[in-house]
Amino acid sequence: MTVYEGVIGLEVHAELMTASKMFCGCPVVDSTSAEPNTAVCPVCLGMPGVLPVLNRRAVELGLRVGLALNCEIPPFNQFARKSYFYPDLPKGYQISQYAYPLAINGWLEIDLPDGSVRRVRIRRVHLEEDTGKLTHADGYSLVDLNRAGVPLLEIVTEADLRSAEEAEAYARKLRAILQYLGVNSGDMSKGVLRIEPNISVRPVGSDELRTRTEVKNLNSIRSLARATAYEIERQIAIYESGGEVQQATLGWDEARQVTAVQRVKESADDYRYFPEPDLPVLEISREWVEQVRAGLPELPDAKRERFMRELGLSRYDASLLVADRAVADYYEAALAAGGDPKQVANYLTGEIFRQMNLEGRDRDDIGAIRLTPQALAALVRLVQDGVIHHGVAKKLLVRLYEEGGDPVALVEAEGLAQVSDEGAIGAVIEQVLVDHPDEVTRYLAGEEKLLQFLMGAAMRALRGQGDPAVVRRLLAERLAARRAE
Amino acid sequence: MLTDLTLTEARDRLRAGAITALDLTRACLDHIRAVDPQVRAFLLVTEEQALEAAEAADRRLAQGDDAPLLGIPLAIKDVLTTAGIPTTAGSRILEGFVPPYTATALERLFAAGAIMLGKTNTDEFAMGSSTENSGYVVTRNPWDLERVPGGSSGGSAAAVAARMAPGALGTDTGGSVRQPAALCGVSAIKPSYGRVSRYGLIAFASSLDQIGAFGRTLADCAALLGVMAGHDPKDSTSVPDEPPDYTQALTGDVHGLRVGVPREFFIDGIEPDVERAVRAAIEQFAALGADVREISLPHTRYGIHVYYLIAPAEASANLARFDGVRYGPRAQVKGMWPAYKVTRGQGFGPEVKRRIMLGTYALSAGYYDAYYLKAQKVRTLIRQDFEQAFREVDVILTPATPGTAFRIGEKIDDPLQMYLADIFTLTPSLAGVPAACVPCGFDAHGLPVGLQIIGPAFDEATVLRAGDAYQRVTDWHTRKPQIAESS
Repeated sequence: MTVYEGVIGLEVHAELMTASKMFCGCPVVDSTSAEPNTAVCPVCLGMPGVLPVLNRRAVELGLRVGLALNCEIPPFNQFARKSYFYPDLPKGYQISQYAYPLAINGWLEIDLPDGSVRRVRIRRVHLEEDTGKLTHADGYSLVDLNRAGVPLLEIVTEADLRSAEEAEAYARKLRAILQYLGVNSGDMSKGVLRIEPNISVRPVGSDELRTRTEVKNLNSIRSLARATAYEIERQIAIYESGGEVQQATLGWDEARQVTAVQRVKESADDYRYFPEPDLPVLEISREWVEQVRAGLPELPDAKRERFMRELGLSRYDASLLVADRAVADYYEAALAAGGDPKQVANYLTGEIFRQMNLEGRDRDDIGAIRLTPQALAALVRLVQDGVIHHGVAKKLLVRLYEEGGDPVALVEAEGLAQVSDEGAIGAVIEQVLVDHPDEVTRYLAGEEKLLQFLMGAAMRALRGQGDPAVVRRLLAERLAARRAE
Repeated sequence: MLTDLTLTEARDRLRAGAITALDLTRACLDHIRAVDPQVRAFLLVTEEQALEAAEAADRRLAQGDDAPLLGIPLAIKDVLTTAGIPTTAGSRILEGFVPPYTATALERLFAAGAIMLGKTNTDEFAMGSSTENSGYVVTRNPWDLERVPGGSSGGSAAAVAARMAPGALGTDTGGSVRQPAALCGVSAIKPSYGRVSRYGLIAFASSLDQIGAFGRTLADCAALLGVMAGHDPKDSTSVPDEPPDYTQALTGDVHGLRVGVPREFFIDGIEPDVERAVRAAIEQFAALGADVREISLPHTRYGIHVYYLIAPAEASANLARFDGVRYGPRAQVKGMWPAYKVTRGQGFGPEVKRRIMLGTYALSAGYYDAYYLKAQKVRTLIRQDFEQAFREVDVILTPATPGTAFRIGEKIDDPLQMYLADIFTLTPSLAGVPAACVPCGFDAHGLPVGLQIIGPAFDEATVLRAGDAYQRVTDWHTRKPQIAESS
């Protein structure tokens, strides 16, 4: 039987978080919520006689990405017109870049599940303007041009990815970098980040390139992974049954979890690119590049190394913490509030992530949970200072996650502090032994496993607040005393 | 008659209080009413706004305001957008379109006190050399109503020639200011590419389009250009340098000026009367002390080929926005693609469609390298021809057109013959250099002949100085067509 592998390249479109649009002064608004056609002007409406003026900030944000992806920045850029007719494209052409993009020949390293590292080559990073949005109704379509002209960065890889897992790892890493750079929120559900894989398969060991399909309509990284896996299997099944894959643009059907043909490509689209005569060639000075480079923030890989080196975290934990900028920010805020690095990391990657998963909340949404980093730090301190023990802390954490609040005040108000007083614990244990004469007798007769039962009963009676070490010692003492009787 | 005053004369009298802006504007409007039913230079006369603006100008004049064009009425080519006033670009596809913004060049003229009389006829989207391609009306040459005024700024040229306005604005992509100026016997300048903002100029070919000025003298054109020129933050291709004072550059002195006469511009097919008049004008420069010499612009003959690849290519993209979705008439048919096709099929005239198809073809995969890219390379050679020539000379003199005004309908079915009407004006446009046109004689039919004066990039001052010096010693520009006498 032939073993296949995927041959996958990703094309990512990221809206840049500038205040104004790419070629006019209109504000960039949330196009999923703003009143349609309110952030528009003659320029982004493509009215006659108007001209584009380049937003320098968009170029700068694009340069950040190019540099973070280890690209070469050519000394000059040229914008080009990409022509096609569609009502969401007011000018009948999109101002994009073609022969002379902003950044070329970069790479991004991703961690694979087996612990190895793969370098994914970045072919190009270029600037363009976004289109508007169409809403199709029965017999007519509505055009909203709020999004038309919003700066967009297109990031294209070589076909270096071999599986859905790799595509997912790349997408997560790239999204994290965009977030770290402050150029994009990473919110795929709002369409500000759009990821489209092109996929083909081939027998492992071969270097042929077979017919590929392009998948659109992916509104989360999970969808990307599922759609890619589905498409790889679909293509393998076609080849295994002696068929041929048809070149096409597919749409991912989230509800049915399948890909479906949107458009079959008979021939290559002809966009009739030519240099945009309304914009002069954009020269990018070496000084500008170095200035942008110097202003880059600490990126995920560097942060992970620092967490390992300075905080003594495992590579696994550090990787989890840096994978989303929001998580890294949360973690560092908790450290700044005095939390122990390893303990905070344990709670964060353990119980807090578990709660977020239960809730279906994305990790980059951690900033919105009720449990603040300061509260987490305080909770960790309560454990370390012996005020509460771990079991209580875990319960408290769930409560703080759900309701918020100050752990110190909560412990005080509800008397959750750990009970270490031997007299009080001893009295409770005595009562437990009296309440369970049968178990005591059997234990004394040699059924040793019942010790755990009695221990549990004692801890329950202490409402979980007893210091387990003290409870265990006192219980052993009391039982020994009975045996001696 | 007030309408006989040149722009400069009118300005001086307005400042001296000898005439009022209202009288001058009324005189122009009356003359338009009398003459334009025959000439058809205007698509729209904005009488009410013009009279209001004239009254405002008179108030400012009374207060001693010395804005450079205070009270001067102008005719404006209808490819320049005017806020609140219909702007059609001569096309049915923009019928009823009222832009919410005014072209930067016009804003500057209005701020300097100029008054708009109305919007003038043009070949549709400035594509043409006769104004016959207008989607609305055919403008006639004031010197012979059976002949074309040239184009595409034929309405503006005819308006100035017939004394309906002392000055006018046109746009020039491959000769659309200079060629109608030659055919109508008026003066005009197309500035260097980048000198005047294109914001609000409805684009034909973005790398070539420039706004130019018409007047009865080149000194009048200098006054208009001086107000329009300069960087505009809304046009990234407008140059940042501060333009010089063009009127001050008019010294009348061309002594020692190095004048080049390119042998490639005196070719077979040029009308003998045109060549005679242009040669005589060159003699005149020599008589004024200029140093006249023959030069070569070796790639001249490729100009027409290069132009008719690059300009339609850019036009094919520029005109894609006219789809009826956001403005302009929309065909009432079902379905998105049918709506596109019928809207554009009905809205555009045949010449516009021809150029969209030419340009689309030149940019298509498989043809791009052979056509568009090759044309760009030859364009560079043409530009280098001029750079080379301007190391040796200060200005270049050529005929503006190979012939005088042709008959209406004569070339409309032969696009190639029509394209050849611009053969001498194309290469300066491709090179982005400034070029003026001044009247330099008449042919046997009494039709005006134009002399083209080409200068180095951004040296409009020398072009204007040369043309003005010539006009100081000649009177061709003072002749007026019969029709201008009516009313």
